[in-house]
Amino acid sequence: MSQHFPILIVLLPLSAALLSPFFSYFHRQAGKWVSVAALAGAFLCAVGLLLQTLQGGGQAIHYWFGNWEPPLGIEFVVDPLNGFIVAMITFVALFTAIYSTPFLKKSNWLYMGGYYTLMSLLCVGLSGMTLTGDVFNLYVYLEIASLSGYGLIALGGNRGTLAAFRYLLIGTIAASLYLLGVGFMYAKTGSLNMADLGVLLQAQMDSPLILMTVALLIAALGIKAALFPFHGWQPDSYTFSHPGAAPLIAGAMAKVPMYAMLRFFFYIFGAQHLFVQHGLFIVGVLGALGIILGSVMAIAQDDFRRMLAYSSVAQIGYIAVGLAVGNLYGLIGAVLHIINHAVMKSSLFMVIGGIQYRFGEFRISQLGQICKKMPLTVTVLVIAALGMIGIPPTNGFFGKWYIMLGAVQSEMYVYVAVLVISTLLNAIYFFRVMENVFVNPPANLKEINPVGKFELPLQMLIPIVIFGVAILALGVYNGVLVNEIVKLGLPEVFLR
Amino acid sequence: MSNPGTLDLINNFLATKGIYSLVLILLFLGLYGMIVSKNYMKKMMAMNVMQVAVIFFFLCFAQKEGGMIPILNGITTDPNLYINPLPHALMLTAIVVSLGTTGVAIALLMRIKETYGSVEEDDILRRADKE
Repeated sequence: MSQHFPILIVLLPLSAALLSPFFSYFHRQAGKWVSVAALAGAFLCAVGLLLQTLQGGGQAIHYWFGNWEPPLGIEFVVDPLNGFIVAMITFVALFTAIYSTPFLKKSNWLYMGGYYTLMSLLCVGLSGMTLTGDVFNLYVYLEIASLSGYGLIALGGNRGTLAAFRYLLIGTIAASLYLLGVGFMYAKTGSLNMADLGVLLQAQMDSPLILMTVALLIAALGIKAALFPFHGWQPDSYTFSHPGAAPLIAGAMAKVPMYAMLRFFFYIFGAQHLFVQHGLFIVGVLGALGIILGSVMAIAQDDFRRMLAYSSVAQIGYIAVGLAVGNLYGLIGAVLHIINHAVMKSSLFMVIGGIQYRFGEFRISQLGQICKKMPLTVTVLVIAALGMIGIPPTNGFFGKWYIMLGAVQSEMYVYVAVLVISTLLNAIYFFRVMENVFVNPPANLKEINPVGKFELPLQMLIPIVIFGVAILALGVYNGVLVNEIVKLGLPEVFLR
Repeated sequence: MSNPGTLDLINNFLATKGIYSLVLILLFLGLYGMIVSKNYMKKMMAMNVMQVAVIFFFLCFAQKEGGMIPILNGITTDPNLYINPLPHALMLTAIVVSLGTTGVAIALLMRIKETYGSVEEDDILRRADKE
């Protein structure tokens, strides 16, 4: 049983996705419970898998499909790094699925079943992208994640449909460019397996074809991750997506392409090659520009969700800068920030989704003294905001700290300056929110959805609180996480 | 074209890289259409042209001069005489994905047309801003 954990992470939500509408037809709630149970199973498998890799001393676990030996067959490769990230993805997916139930209270069986189909499929796509050891397989999972993502964004209403269509056009360009890059690598080596490519490409790294491949991968994965200047689709998509699904879309969907970029540049190509260094330099410059411009744009927004979307552009920039720094600390920072930002951004979207559910309000200027009406939610909002700014002991601080350490070690002081400036800008836009929430005169808010004894339905409140605790826990235990998990997964060159 | 050297050069280029330059032109035609066109339906068709260009690219480098289709026919088992079947198999997947993408795009487009009464970007954005 336990040797099948890698496939179960993908298989359980996939089966649930196909069964969910069927069960919903017979009982409106049944499809939901099938999906939630499958996502819970996937989360447990992911945690079990992570523990297995840690017990093996960080040795990668290989899972061969149909027992076909790679490079001919497709394999899943799990090391502590992607085991950790897939545990995070399934964690976010599970609690987002629970969290979104109150939004679907009045919908019919088809909407209910379809919603959970898309939710489970998105989790399948993201986990598959993280686990796979085959570059073409990654493309297939990328498209699964994208197509279900388009669906979830389109469920958000009229503007959501428009945003989804525009994202679809741009996202398809990204997928095609990625496929073209895969074609170049395949034409050069005749292999699609990541480990095999890593060996075969080393002799040919100064071929111009590799330069093209690096450029195509930066464009393709950059579009998917909403790296500046490829972020045009992202603010609308995050803002108008289904409020129940927004935590998963905003939290996990854009992080996985950054992980794929890390996998390509540091594991397959190797960062010591000239073309890859050029590529990483460009990624770093784009990331630094994105940090500044994303933060400035976030200050200008009144819609809370749109502010969070622009702040995501900045946060993806941190990960990009971490990759560009490219030493041990930089990579630790990038990986930590992938995890941390997913948890922080999900909890912020859960908070605003909760406020939207109860009061139908998402403009920052209309949130005056909401702290008296929703004390727990606002507590989590404050914790997450402090995390985004980067104040210890929240987890956001440590990702930034490692990136800064790396930048100082590599003497890239521009990045240090950018990170400091961006912390100030982050503080400006989150303190503006806090001013409205705590200080400004009470806003005139009408309850559109009556809630029971608590400030929100329990299905929403519990995930929000768990994410608030997770932000603090990831920060407090970050030393353990770095030493016991992240360091084991990094390429061996860095650990000498 | 009186110079035989030039003719050879062109012949040589067309024989070795001609098909790839055509694929490249097709790819950029698709991208150009997506950027320039204001009509969402046309944008989607340009997207399909771009996807087809990538599929052509894979099929082109799978070709081999004198290669035959990869079917075990009892004449030979020498892999050098067969063309590479793997890119074709990959592209079957890519075609299915492209079909799925087109299906989702058309479904979204129908919903947009229902809501905004148009598939022209300018009209839609004007109406969307009014909301």
